[in-house]
Amino acid sequence: MAILITPQTKILVQGITGDFGGRHARLSLDYGTLVVAGVTPGKGGQFFEHGAHRVPIFNTVKEAAHSTGASASAIFVPPPFAADAILECADAGLDLAVAITEGIPIRDMIRVKRAMAGSRTRLLGPNCPGVVTPGTGELSNGGCRIGIAPGYIHRKGNVGVVSRSGTLTYEAVYQLTVRGIGQSTSVGIGGDPVNGTSHLDIVRMFSADQETRGIVMIGEIGGNAEVEAARWIKAHCKKPVAGFIAGSTAPAGRRMGHAGAIVGGAEDTAAAKIAVFKECGIEVAVTPSDMADALIRAAQAMGVALG
Amino acid sequence: MNIHEYQAKALFEKFGIAAPKGVATKAPGEFTTALAMLPEGPIMVKSQIHAGGRGKGTFTDGYKGGVKFCKTKAEALEAAARMLGNTLVTVQTGPAGRKVQTIYFTAASDIKKEYYLAVLLDRAASRPVIVASTEGGVEIEKVAHETPEKIFKVIVDPAYGLADFQVRELASGLGLSGTESKNAAKVIRGLYAMYWATDASMIEVNPLITTPTGEVLALDAKVSFDDNALFRQPEIVALRDLNEEDPKEIEASKHGLSYIALDGNIACLVNGAGLAMSTMDIIKHFGGNPANFLDVGGGASKDQVVAAFKIILGDPNVKGIFVNIFGGIMDCNVIATGIVEAVREVGLRLPLVVRLEGNNVMAGKATLAASGLTIVSGDSMADAAQKIVKLVSG
Repeated sequence: MAILITPQTKILVQGITGDFGGRHARLSLDYGTLVVAGVTPGKGGQFFEHGAHRVPIFNTVKEAAHSTGASASAIFVPPPFAADAILECADAGLDLAVAITEGIPIRDMIRVKRAMAGSRTRLLGPNCPGVVTPGTGELSNGGCRIGIAPGYIHRKGNVGVVSRSGTLTYEAVYQLTVRGIGQSTSVGIGGDPVNGTSHLDIVRMFSADQETRGIVMIGEIGGNAEVEAARWIKAHCKKPVAGFIAGSTAPAGRRMGHAGAIVGGAEDTAAAKIAVFKECGIEVAVTPSDMADALIRAAQAMGVALG
Repeated sequence: MNIHEYQAKALFEKFGIAAPKGVATKAPGEFTTALAMLPEGPIMVKSQIHAGGRGKGTFTDGYKGGVKFCKTKAEALEAAARMLGNTLVTVQTGPAGRKVQTIYFTAASDIKKEYYLAVLLDRAASRPVIVASTEGGVEIEKVAHETPEKIFKVIVDPAYGLADFQVRELASGLGLSGTESKNAAKVIRGLYAMYWATDASMIEVNPLITTPTGEVLALDAKVSFDDNALFRQPEIVALRDLNEEDPKEIEASKHGLSYIALDGNIACLVNGAGLAMSTMDIIKHFGGNPANFLDVGGGASKDQVVAAFKIILGDPNVKGIFVNIFGGIMDCNVIATGIVEAVREVGLRLPLVVRLEGNNVMAGKATLAASGLTIVSGDSMADAAQKIVKLVSG
């Protein structure tokens, strides 16, 4: 069944007329994703054309969702307006809002997260690569791709991947694919300190998803989200899990690219998180080249066939 | 973005946060005029650099203490003359230290007791948190480790803002009552208002003090701001001091690159922050030492790659270069073309290992091969990392 999205999920793109949003809308259409609407205030009534595709553009998310049945949004809106774009998804009652935008002020995200408490809309991101549920076609075509991840590196299968970082997600997916192991869904939760969906949220979904037989969880320095997920895994998850934490060599107090990747105290170093992973029975990848192999080791130890 | 203590104190004044009277100066000729603005009596002379541990620091000429208590203005004048233009080394500056370009004189306060107060983000709650402790004037990490019960927190609901009962809770938690409690409440409200209005990522007052007359004063101030919000904080941006930043990091940010200098000898050029961190890790894992963190971002252009090469080659410690690219959407051939162009432009006498994977990788590898340059290619991250470590150590 995959998590969050299926190949049948209809998506809309906020900021479809911008360079970045337009480019990735085209890539999603090429991947076979049902991109059914675009939203750009002031451009309602126009169309986003790509090959044989003619995607209607609406002024508001609500109109787009009502007219097309879109239930998920990919947000490519510039940082000063992104918080508003996220809240518009919640107001329209979408299932999922995926905020790709990098550089949203933390104060805006604090307010958005508070405002979305109790909302039926799940926020993924911001500053994330998005989510891919691979399809059954060639190079996983026919899947649902929301965001900026390369679709073609995926392959339909049974491993769930969750990470804060985009390129590390691709690295893990690619390692799995070249070993003949496909993915149920790969999810980037984003590198910001305040985000909508945590490692734990995704791990719980993978744990409950019948199609998912194993999980790769990738984290980094800063915060304690990976630790929280690891403790839950120890208590509740019966599937093999491999983990990797980036940033062993990062100096304290320096922000490593991601707004959230900064070592503040002893608890959020890579070493501390790796120690908790081990204590919780997660097979730790020794290097980033070892992520797929670590999962294979964990699966073998539990007698699980990854497919 | 960080600011100096004297700049933070100016912001404090705007938000009604009491602090000892102070004057900042940048030239020895201004010392006397500056000191004349302060009341008679003892003076604190404070070196202004973006690093903690100033009081216990040592200048490169052997002079001890970047923050000094002086009994008289004459003494203060002498201390300031020793500090200004001198290079201060503290636990946070690294061995190179920082050149002191501003001196901040403040009236020395009569201290009854020291406390700790800070406003920052509580990541787990996704809300602002006010952290307070009765143990001020010492490293808060040490307090957290040894006597965690002496630290307490109040998490603020951003929909309502800081509530009065929370202010009372903080003041009484610090053991304050009467006038002290009233004055502390003003400081606490001011700090929270400033945190919210200026898009600060952290405001730390250590120590916050009480005086025998019931005043509550912010003796020190460490303030940093959310880089993502600077676009709407022109007054904060105006406080940026480029002298405090690594010139290579400034140059990198002009090209949209994220660069942080480290002390190793293997330069890294990577796309994506997570992969860039992991590249440093894998170099270390195989016995090497990374010279930097460098993320060219998800959509790097040829010009950015050229700029990145120039920056990493500007570090005299670099003995080899590791390019690690996973081109998801990014075209590997764009990167390869950028590498070839950069090498032609700046010349290259150092070993270069390139690991390319992903979109249009065959064309990228062909471009590297056809260039006639000595470029070692790696099949995986592990393979490439081992190759560069061997080349640099061999």
